[in-house]
Amino acid sequence: FVEERSGVGSVLREYGSEQNLLSKPDGSASFIQGDTSVLAGVYGPAEVKVSKEIYDRATLEVVIQPKVGMASVRERAREQCVRETCEAALLSTLHPRSSFTLVLQEVHDDGSLLSCCLNAACMALMDAGLPMGRLFCGVTCAIDAESQIITDPTAQQEKESRALMTFAIDSKDCSVMMSLTKGSFSVKELQQCIAVSQKASERIFQFYRDSVQRRYSKIL
Amino acid sequence: MAAGFKTAEPLEYHRSFLKENCRPDGRELGEFRPTTLNTGSINTADGSALVRIGNTTVICGIKGELAAPSTDAPDKGYIVPNVDLPPLCSSRFRPGPPGEQAQAASQFIADVIDGSQIIKKEDLCIEKSKLCWVLYCDIMCLDYDGNLLDACVVTLLAALRNTQLPTVTINKETDLAEVDIQHKRHLQINKHPVASSFAVFDDTVIIVDPTAEEESLATAIITAVTDEDEQLCAFHKPGGSSLSAEKLQDCITRAVARHREIGRLIDKVIESTKASK
Repeated sequence: FVEERSGVGSVLREYGSEQNLLSKPDGSASFIQGDTSVLAGVYGPAEVKVSKEIYDRATLEVVIQPKVGMASVRERAREQCVRETCEAALLSTLHPRSSFTLVLQEVHDDGSLLSCCLNAACMALMDAGLPMGRLFCGVTCAIDAESQIITDPTAQQEKESRALMTFAIDSKDCSVMMSLTKGSFSVKELQQCIAVSQKASERIFQFYRDSVQRRYSKIL
Repeated sequence: MAAGFKTAEPLEYHRSFLKENCRPDGRELGEFRPTTLNTGSINTADGSALVRIGNTTVICGIKGELAAPSTDAPDKGYIVPNVDLPPLCSSRFRPGPPGEQAQAASQFIADVIDGSQIIKKEDLCIEKSKLCWVLYCDIMCLDYDGNLLDACVVTLLAALRNTQLPTVTINKETDLAEVDIQHKRHLQINKHPVASSFAVFDDTVIIVDPTAEEESLATAIITAVTDEDEQLCAFHKPGGSSLSAEKLQDCITRAVARHREIGRLIDKVIESTKASK
């Protein structure tokens, strides 16, 4: 069990994670950012339906379950973003004609849900020990009415914001893997938000490193 | 020989063209396919438009209905976009409930409408907490050859500009809505968003306006939506290979140039239909 508190004046809310907390999935993790919490489970490599089989790589399926009700169009759009981000990070050519399934269960949404999903997904993939070419993390930025950039906004801040952007940042060269935006903003604001997210991502990647280190130092 | 090479090694086939800075269909890397537009093609809808980008054909029909506004936004109307990818348009789509791509496209269009404020939802309100317009924007793809989102945004914008709604008043005595079909008004279009899509090949080469084949081989797809004030309304990149901020900036610069092109096209078509009347 790993938990880390971000320092005073930090741009991110308090965040923490727990790996390997479910017994059935091949890898699982929970990720908490402030009051937002997501639980992730990974199954795979497993057998794949013939209709979904890809001859030279593994098929990845992502399911996002909302806290209440059925998954809607919004979840579908998020699933697509998470899936394509994971596909770019996973070395799926090492498991041809097999399937990976990633299930993300929203536990509580207090803003920045998609970035929390991405972080939980990455932690769960690491826990499952799947081959990955790089890691990724999610950062959400909101631009408020006074054009201030807020990273990792709460649901209230999201509601009051003029624009909302979520990025997935790559661990290799800190470039942008995924971007999903809402509202209108200038090119300069986009570039500022990317820069802020890249900075924030360094903290999350350090957190990944620390949590893996702590976990394996216990076993060895 | 070339046909066999294309079937056996599609990626290598495309690479050999990209090396020479051109593409299998003869375009340059930064060249869009010819775009044609036709408005008012559906008589039974309140507004419609058909757009072709290369082979990709998308049609949009706008239907206005009257409804009561929701209680948490009593002074706002509704805009309900829906993107349909029927089996007719490509073999990759199966009959049945909408697939992931169709749902993601619908969500994208909804985000663009909300983000750009293309129409102020307050303008759709007829009487506060009593009556408002619901605009159903049904977008249907007739021929799928890549770059669906660009085509959807162009057809949506053109159809909204083509839309005419009858004037509706509420009779004070009977408290019933009276519709005056004789007097139709155009919608107040607030912003003119235009989307530009890019595909990334082998994590490095960026090409604009990808065809379906190029889309399936690309390592990432980027869609940038800009308006006339060079503000971004959406910057959508659903995963794929990572790109530096400079490359993204390059995409946005091209998207701004594309906006001018499409803006002129829509203006011209709207003008010509007015003149023919």
